[in-house]
Amino acid sequence: MLEKALRGSQRYWSWILFLLILIGVGAGCFLLQVSQGLKITGMSRDVSWGFYIAQFTFLVGVAASAVMLVLPYYLHHVKDFGRITILGEFLAVAAVSMCLLFIVVDLGRPMRLLNVLIHPTPNSILFWDMIVLNGYLFLNIVIGWTVLAAERKEVAPPAWVKPLIYISIPWAVSIHTVTAFLYAGLPGRHFWLTAIMAARFLASAFASGPALLILLMLILKKRTKFDAGQPALDKLSQIVTYAMCVSVFFVLLELFTAFYSQIPGHMHGFEYQFIGLEGHGVLVPFMWLSAILAVVALTLLINPNTRRNEKKLTVACIAVFFSLWIEKGMGLVVTGFIPNPFETVTEYVPTVPELLITLGVWATGFLILTVLYKTAIGVKEEKLG
Amino acid sequence: MEESRRSFLKIGGISVLGLSALPVLQAVAQNDGPKFKPDPNALQARQWGMVIDMNKCWEEQQKRHCTDCIAACHKVHNVPDIADPKREIKWIWTDKYEHVFPDQAHEYVPEKIRESRFLLLCNHCSNPPCVRVCPTQATFKREQDGIVMMDFHRCIGCRYCMAGCPFGARSFNWGDPRPYLAEQNMEFPTRTKGVVEKCNFCAERLDVGQIPACVEACKAKALVFGDVEDPDSEIRKILDTHYTIRRKVNLGTGPNIYYIV
Repeated sequence: MLEKALRGSQRYWSWILFLLILIGVGAGCFLLQVSQGLKITGMSRDVSWGFYIAQFTFLVGVAASAVMLVLPYYLHHVKDFGRITILGEFLAVAAVSMCLLFIVVDLGRPMRLLNVLIHPTPNSILFWDMIVLNGYLFLNIVIGWTVLAAERKEVAPPAWVKPLIYISIPWAVSIHTVTAFLYAGLPGRHFWLTAIMAARFLASAFASGPALLILLMLILKKRTKFDAGQPALDKLSQIVTYAMCVSVFFVLLELFTAFYSQIPGHMHGFEYQFIGLEGHGVLVPFMWLSAILAVVALTLLINPNTRRNEKKLTVACIAVFFSLWIEKGMGLVVTGFIPNPFETVTEYVPTVPELLITLGVWATGFLILTVLYKTAIGVKEEKLG
Repeated sequence: MEESRRSFLKIGGISVLGLSALPVLQAVAQNDGPKFKPDPNALQARQWGMVIDMNKCWEEQQKRHCTDCIAACHKVHNVPDIADPKREIKWIWTDKYEHVFPDQAHEYVPEKIRESRFLLLCNHCSNPPCVRVCPTQATFKREQDGIVMMDFHRCIGCRYCMAGCPFGARSFNWGDPRPYLAEQNMEFPTRTKGVVEKCNFCAERLDVGQIPACVEACKAKALVFGDVEDPDSEIRKILDTHYTIRRKVNLGTGPNIYYIV
């Protein structure tokens, strides 16, 4: 089936070439990082995780969101999702691949990566994160590919794939839960030390992932013969609406706990994000932008008239995606280190090579996504004739 | 042709199976006897700890800007001297009271305490979060004496331990540390870029019967090192007779560094 990705219009190949150039630039910067060390990044003794780990955290959410199609389709027989579950699964494959790459580029000694397997350490959440991420990648590749192959031959998917599909549902929840546990159990990091972290992660995941999926569906509708269908888009946008409401609600819960208790450590993180702390506040404009985007998104999504309008839905989905990308992909990880254990603030700003490596990983993810989607759409177009 | 290919695959498959069984065989064949004899002079304890008498330390600091312990530690362990505070490597260092004890500092603390520099190092916690989070056991707690150690050769540089440590006691080699070494102690490894490092309570010196370099270097006798679980030890006598404080006890990590203020 993969040969379908080898035939395409000039526009398709230009897009592939564009991604390959970004990947090349990112790879070049990564080689520089391998030879020079992580000193080429903006990270420091105080803010020891930065942009890479933040992207990883955000993208785990995008990956987990596939369950928002798989669960209604396979457990509640929501037929409208029948045509697009594969696309959800392939988006998960691309997102998890990016997650794994972001972990690799963040390592000080990537060539020792296999130490995680050679010395398995069940007390480390990172060990479990490796298990659940790789497991989820494997599940989605196998399920997506097998179901697509069956669709091409116009037969029912083989029986052995059903249990894998059912396993993939709680597994999707596990990848974001375990990723939240990476942060939630650390003493002395007040901003992360919250029992609601995993729930927050899942709520924002189920908003940002399906929002991206809606945008992808709209692009496919314009550029290919494939149309996901209005009912599917309607249901997806409802899911985004509910998830975004819950996500914002969860953030408000955090704010209440921090500011009503008035425990300084619990307030510091939010103060740093929204008003700045001890004169430092590089994140402030971004966090306010995130908040404004969230309000815009909710306004457009909650009103059914604007939600059903394709143009306004597009705006709402872009707002959801970037609002949550700023919150997770920029704010969450960095703020956990501010203030540092000595109650002083060291700020973090990513460097140019760091941003280019990040861009390279995103481009790799989009390349994987493009190839998988081209294959899937190719199969679907075959049917349409 | 077909036949020979099949037999090749068979032989190949069996060989691969055999090779993969090798480590299992080796593990089974291994005897549990000691691989080396510990030095008979090695210092032993159930849990090493340290008392830092800040009054003695400040007296010496005032007299002659004393940094003897820091210099001794950093020299013995090839700790690079990197000036950039974002990238520096610290095994033992000093900081202000409000930074060391942020949850106890208030504006009416005596000026002397507020303005003086406190000595900091790894707390060798009884319940170390850095060990809990490490995915490769590159940081581990020595069972025999409670020292929290770092294996520089196993560390993958994920820096999870740095996120886990609430005391800022861990440093990462953002670049190659060797250009920042004035001279090298050939008895102790230097580090490469991409690994985490920290104070090790001079485990390598204890194992040959020497006390930690910082304790040895302190002319003011402000540092007392000993077994906190031994009721007859010198350190316990000091703890019995002086009021001491520890950093961030409410986090439950059980720091083993005690301060007399």
